[in-house]
Amino acid sequence: MKAAVLVFPGINRERDMARTLRLVSGRAPAMVWHTEGELPAGTDLVVIPGGFSYGDYLRCGAIAARSPVMDAVRRHAAAGGLTLGVCNGFQILCESGLLPGVLMRNQNLRFICREVYLRVERSDTPFTRGYNAGQVIRVPVAHGEGNYIADSETIARLEGEGRVLFRYCAPDGMIDPNWNHNGAINAIAGILNERGNVLGMMPHPENHVEASIGPTDGRGLFAGLVEALARAA
Amino acid sequence: MIPNTPPITPELIAEHGLKPDEYQRILDLIGREPTLTELGIFSAMWNEHCSYKSSKVHLRTLPTKAPWVIQGPGENAGVIDIGDGLACVFKMESHNHPSYIEPYQGAATGVGGILRDVFTMGARPIACLNALSFGAPSHPKTRHLVSGVVAGVGGYGNSFGVPTVGGSVRFHTRYDGNNLVNAMAVGICKKDEIFYAAASGVGMPIVYLGSKTGRDGIHGASMASAEFGEDSEAKRPTVQVGDPFSEKLLLEACLEIMAKDCVIAIQDMGAAGLTCSAVEMGAKGDLGVTLDLDKVPCREERMSAYEMMLSESQERMLMVLKPEKEEEAEAIFRKWGLDFAVVGETTPSLRFVVKHQGEVMADLPIKELGDQAPEYHRPFTDSAKPAVIDAASVEPPHGTIEALEMLLASPDLCSKRWVWEQYDHIILGNTVQRPGGDAAVVRVQDGPKGLAMTADVTPRYCEADPFEGGKQAVAECWRNLTAVGATPLAITDNLNFGNPERPEIMGQFVGAVRGIAEACKALDFPVVSGNVSLYNETNGKAILPTPTIGGVGLIDDFTKSATLAFKCEGEAILLIGGNPSWLGQSMYLREVCGREDGAPPPVDLALEKRNGDCVRALIADGAVSAVHDISDGGLLVAIAEMAMASGIGAVLLEGVAPAHGFWFGEDQARYVVTVPAAQADAVIARVTAAGVPVSRLGTTGGDALSLVGERPVRVSALRERFEGWLPAYMAGGV
Repeated sequence: MKAAVLVFPGINRERDMARTLRLVSGRAPAMVWHTEGELPAGTDLVVIPGGFSYGDYLRCGAIAARSPVMDAVRRHAAAGGLTLGVCNGFQILCESGLLPGVLMRNQNLRFICREVYLRVERSDTPFTRGYNAGQVIRVPVAHGEGNYIADSETIARLEGEGRVLFRYCAPDGMIDPNWNHNGAINAIAGILNERGNVLGMMPHPENHVEASIGPTDGRGLFAGLVEALARAA
Repeated sequence: MIPNTPPITPELIAEHGLKPDEYQRILDLIGREPTLTELGIFSAMWNEHCSYKSSKVHLRTLPTKAPWVIQGPGENAGVIDIGDGLACVFKMESHNHPSYIEPYQGAATGVGGILRDVFTMGARPIACLNALSFGAPSHPKTRHLVSGVVAGVGGYGNSFGVPTVGGSVRFHTRYDGNNLVNAMAVGICKKDEIFYAAASGVGMPIVYLGSKTGRDGIHGASMASAEFGEDSEAKRPTVQVGDPFSEKLLLEACLEIMAKDCVIAIQDMGAAGLTCSAVEMGAKGDLGVTLDLDKVPCREERMSAYEMMLSESQERMLMVLKPEKEEEAEAIFRKWGLDFAVVGETTPSLRFVVKHQGEVMADLPIKELGDQAPEYHRPFTDSAKPAVIDAASVEPPHGTIEALEMLLASPDLCSKRWVWEQYDHIILGNTVQRPGGDAAVVRVQDGPKGLAMTADVTPRYCEADPFEGGKQAVAECWRNLTAVGATPLAITDNLNFGNPERPEIMGQFVGAVRGIAEACKALDFPVVSGNVSLYNETNGKAILPTPTIGGVGLIDDFTKSATLAFKCEGEAILLIGGNPSWLGQSMYLREVCGREDGAPPPVDLALEKRNGDCVRALIADGAVSAVHDISDGGLLVAIAEMAMASGIGAVLLEGVAPAHGFWFGEDQARYVVTVPAAQADAVIARVTAAGVPVSRLGTTGGDALSLVGERPVRVSALRERFEGWLPAYMAGGV
């Protein structure tokens, strides 16, 4: 795996992400500054980490989406390159047009940091091959604006094409408004683009990979990516 | 433009918070009438907040040394050695007055200020904590203040990117007019790469870094040095506005230029902004400073020298730079999109000279600005010692289980999940123990070491007996660190009191400081940094004396830290430290009996140390599976918390009469631990051999708490009460 982690001013989970990529893949990712016009040669995974790029001013992700490096990411994605956006990274992907929809303020209007349960809807993607379809995983969220919404046509397409990859659920996997902590439509926590090579998700799998710190349910996502890229190579 | 030489009238002097004798001191010092800018500088340097004029004679009595202390009080933050070439930098500071006037921004900039104190010294912040005190839940402003302060703490820390891992929240009517926001930050740096404020070398460039200067926060420190009256709302313009985004950039830029060895000295602009930072850098380095305000990056037009010198705009730093590194440093700041301007230089003259538009606006002796600040031996009276309450004399109004249910759903004891879920407590990926335990534990870099941290005080004890209360705050902090298995190393103290000009308030302060000093000495737990916040009064009504103690401890292997949750069924529950019975000033007395009286539990520091050392050794050897100290609410509340954290119940043996004294007494130096049943006898023998009282309390198991002669209560039902109060209150339902 040759991963590149993008760094925008105000991003603050880039170290968490870099550590996880290093732990799981055995290789430290390249850290790519927002003014770069190109990704490092041979990059096979772009990760846009969480944080508050540009302070979340104007609109979450709106300013970062217009950075020079995002043109390089668009080219990477258009060529089929794997791209993962987590939390602010998801917001940036939506703002840059690589994923549909927007992330609104959480329904309760407060920032929420807690462990949530996610149902993995499919295992036949490079992002989720480390899990079983229907598996429930426990990962943390930490966001104020993770309430996913799109117009009904887009939602129908996402659902119809199997592009909802993660949903907030109860511990037993049932979809339940009480466990949909931010109010996202259809309890959507993560979605794929049409081609299936760009994933945006609000929760932080990168914070749940070390047994000595806590649960390790996030590891499957990164381990799956390592496998998928090894196969492709 | 404001003229620099208006007539200095008694009204103008009073407006600057200076007393007539203090003004006379200025005249004697400089031998002439000050300019307006100079008057502003004096008021900034000599107010209570910056000069510690009422407190410093007492603060000097605090123990500040130990072999592991690298830097004690007097710098931006304290520094301790944690081995492996690493140092831990930490401090706690109040932002009380601003947080009452404008809760979101007041709390946010409190967090921003304390983070800056830590990374100014070259440390990357790894965790924040906070201790919040609010007025009675029934007070009409309380909900608004809780909501704003919590959102502000979270808004700043979450965006900056530091986990907020612990703290405390309390309510009492004595905070109705003055809530308290005490924010603590902890950072890590290399032991040989610590940066200090003292300038060195003549003719060195003084560089202004960070955000631009505006008119916000002018006289913030003076506002924080006065009581509130009916007009406190009108002080909103003195509250600064925080920008965590800029601070995050400032952090990265500062650490980057420090790593490139560009920095001689660095000081953040906190209270009294440019004035305080420039004077401190010069005075500490025995150098003069000349500032050219025409070079200061301003975000508002036509700012006068007076305004620039007193602005408390946030996210700014002052730095003395190695001249040959200027270009390199500037490039780094430009990369991060921050302002960088050479605004002055160090001089051999020992004068603090401020120039603006070709004119000298201030020319003052730099050492005397700090050294010659007034210092008061304010008169004080000791508080009367309240009578000791015999538990047997207290008629229990409710059964034991009913009392437990009341306590768990009381504002001070209930779960604070509603608060800490608004703080990102997992970012950076090192949070081993999250909020809700005795102390937070954060992994140091990639381990195996961990730092434990907590912030504690029991204000009702301090009110009843400042000396014992001061001791107890330190002991409780030490005990919480011990309960997770850490060796307590040092504290930062944040002393919040009322108006020191009142002898009874001064008496509380003096008593509490004496108690803190005694406990720190006995527990080998020195003070390395701190902050004093006085004048927390409104219309003559003072807060409860609240000396918050923030402590840091070290665990050699973070994977061995103890947690309070029961681990499995069938384990023996042991009480270490002896049977409780002290009801005076207890939560039981307040919440169940409606009484706030009696003497608080005395703190025997020798017992505290003996019992704590014993428990810490048990944890280190893996002999205990769960550990919790007994504090607010007493033994049964501690057991209930252990049960609720796990979902596992317990069958308890009969307590010692009187039952309410046993189950709810708040005697100090006590812990509850669990051990596998087969090892119970061996652990009891070991603890007994250490000379520590130990007894069996019962066995873990089932899904309920069962007491002899009482109806069993399901753990899930207790949890519902425990978790329910705060969300319901904030939703307006209580």
